[in-house]
Amino acid sequence: MSSLSSNEVSSNGVASKGVAAAAFPAGPVRCLAGRAVAVVGNDIDTDRIIPARFLKCVSFEGLAAGAFADDRSELAGAHPFDRPEHQGATILVVNDNFGCGSSREHAPQALMRWGIRALIGESFAEIFFGNCLALGIPCLTAAPAAVAALQRAIAAQPAALLTLDVEALRLQLDPPAPAPAPAPAAAGVASAPLDLPLQLAAGPHRMLVSGQWDGTSQLVAHDLELRATAARLPYLQAFLA
Amino acid sequence: MSAGTLYDKVWELHRVAELPGGSSQLFIGLHLIHEVTSPQAFTALADLGLAVRHPERTVATVDHIVPTTSQQRPFADPLAEAMLASLEANCAQHGITLHGLGSGRQGIVHVIAPELGLTQPGMTVACGDSHTSTHGAFGAIAFGIGTSQVRDVLASQSLAMNKLKVRRIWVEGALQPGVYAKDLVLHVIRSLGVKGGVGYAYEFAGPAIAALAMEERMTLCNMAIEGGARVGYCNPDATTFAYLQGRPYAPTAAAWDRAVAWWSGLASGPDAVFDDEVRFDAATIAPTVTWGITPGQGIGVDETVPTLEQTAAEERPLAEEAYRYMDLLPGTPIAGVPVDVCFIGSCTNGRLSDLRAAAAVARGRQVAPGIKAFVVPGSEQVAAAAEAEGLDAVFRAAGFEWRQPGCSMCLAMNPDRLEGRQISASSSNRNFKGRQGSASGRTLLMSPAMVAAAAIAGHVADVRQLVAPTPSIESSR
Repeated sequence: MSSLSSNEVSSNGVASKGVAAAAFPAGPVRCLAGRAVAVVGNDIDTDRIIPARFLKCVSFEGLAAGAFADDRSELAGAHPFDRPEHQGATILVVNDNFGCGSSREHAPQALMRWGIRALIGESFAEIFFGNCLALGIPCLTAAPAAVAALQRAIAAQPAALLTLDVEALRLQLDPPAPAPAPAPAAAGVASAPLDLPLQLAAGPHRMLVSGQWDGTSQLVAHDLELRATAARLPYLQAFLA
Repeated sequence: MSAGTLYDKVWELHRVAELPGGSSQLFIGLHLIHEVTSPQAFTALADLGLAVRHPERTVATVDHIVPTTSQQRPFADPLAEAMLASLEANCAQHGITLHGLGSGRQGIVHVIAPELGLTQPGMTVACGDSHTSTHGAFGAIAFGIGTSQVRDVLASQSLAMNKLKVRRIWVEGALQPGVYAKDLVLHVIRSLGVKGGVGYAYEFAGPAIAALAMEERMTLCNMAIEGGARVGYCNPDATTFAYLQGRPYAPTAAAWDRAVAWWSGLASGPDAVFDDEVRFDAATIAPTVTWGITPGQGIGVDETVPTLEQTAAEERPLAEEAYRYMDLLPGTPIAGVPVDVCFIGSCTNGRLSDLRAAAAVARGRQVAPGIKAFVVPGSEQVAAAAEAEGLDAVFRAAGFEWRQPGCSMCLAMNPDRLEGRQISASSSNRNFKGRQGSASGRTLLMSPAMVAAAAIAGHVADVRQLVAPTPSIESSR
């Protein structure tokens, strides 16, 4: 079990709206369990995930307040990140090309500090995906219809617990414990458990599961190889190389 | 799988090692930093107890947060001041060259590195800014990175990367008068979509690309990322070499000759294999304007806002969101849409040739009443060159403000921003909701000449009617 599922509050974990955030990712990212929040829409760019005015800082602390700030302000409490039933959610479910635009790592930092530890979507923009990976936050993909079904299920049963098995690339949604009298199913999805296969490229998958997603030490360790590369680059050798 | 392309050659040359996770370790030849995405990287470096491995391969400037009216220190905004102070302290501590305000070399990072000759063919270039793709104009492999990766480059002069596929964007023909690289790239993005390039490097090639000047190639590569391609590049040629020769960081004397010989061999060869190819005809492209909330929602200035029926099914929800946000009805001609603010500048279009093209439209004309129009040169060097040829006077006489260099209203991390529901004609790169500093502000992307035309007309206007091959007589007012 990874440290992600720990409920321990880290010293640098930032509480969001009174909800204690779990520790930031560290070590292998194999499995996590939690509630989900869906933000629906294609091409949601990083300016929307965190508007530029929140980038005026020299530390990432306190960025949780900037997550979707303008969208939340526009929706006056109705944005999924403000809905009481989604406070404490750890899995963010999105649609196509999520995180396009600016390379600002402030975007995944804001989501992480709000409490997000994994994303599931139709597709992700490349720099955003890499920024998440560098924080130990997996961005997994599923087919559009499956994502839409998952988003409907989350809306219908926000308290449902999701088990995200990063290692096995599966997501399971278990409906909340049944009420004494079975409630009528909303739109036919409410009580149905889901078991979704997910996709993640082999490299990032290995990096997350093995805990080698925070690779600075690996890069630095290749001192001889770095020297050899520099020695063969013509522009570092007065074009004599 | 691609083979024999410039991308393949440069990748292979810079490949340091294979990493356990399955990615490659790639040496970074040039690392550019600025005040927004570097402070946390330096903090992380200190937390790890690591030094900067190659301080001589990192170059800094300040651009995002600088005011463009008064650059007097300390800045009025204490947060902006703290960010610049942090950059100055980090550069001083680690021995990194900072081209600061008043140095004569400050400006938008993607403007100054080319004009200083820092960006050269065959390099890998990284910067904590998505528009780093700009530097691909020189035949470099250049891409934006996040702050954790800035830390990695500082620590190791390298990054863990996965190799991209290569799509050749082959452009036949020639751009018509009044049509610029900005229109070409907006047309490409409109055609291939804002995520069409995810997983690809875009190689721009063909007769229309060969005919582009370096600054136009920079505009083109700058916006590759808006089409989803983290990397965009052009093969280096005589135009590239002529641009570089004599620049402060360009090689000289015998080294110059050796450099040109090496650079000349980097271009994708006739036998190069691409993962994909898409072809365009430059002659058919009109001045292009975005009407919506992504750079892919662009149309020719002579077209109308697409209806739902004209929109692919999967893009209809976004189109409906854009109609609402932009307050534009489907079927509306884009020409004639009134604007409030006209912004000329940014890393996309804040270079001397951009200002010349806009000044050619503004010369002898007047900004329409009620329009706020301003010009922000991309760097101190651009400002000086423009002033030396009197462009500032042309703009001022026409009713434009002439500002000091910076990112300005492209992303509004400084005092320049839209207010309320203002709508801008902007030579920048993103029309995202809220991008220009107001949560309800609206942006129409277009070329600098088109922005100037909009400023004169007070609404979106076809610049071809103002810059006809024969001298035009009067403005469209």
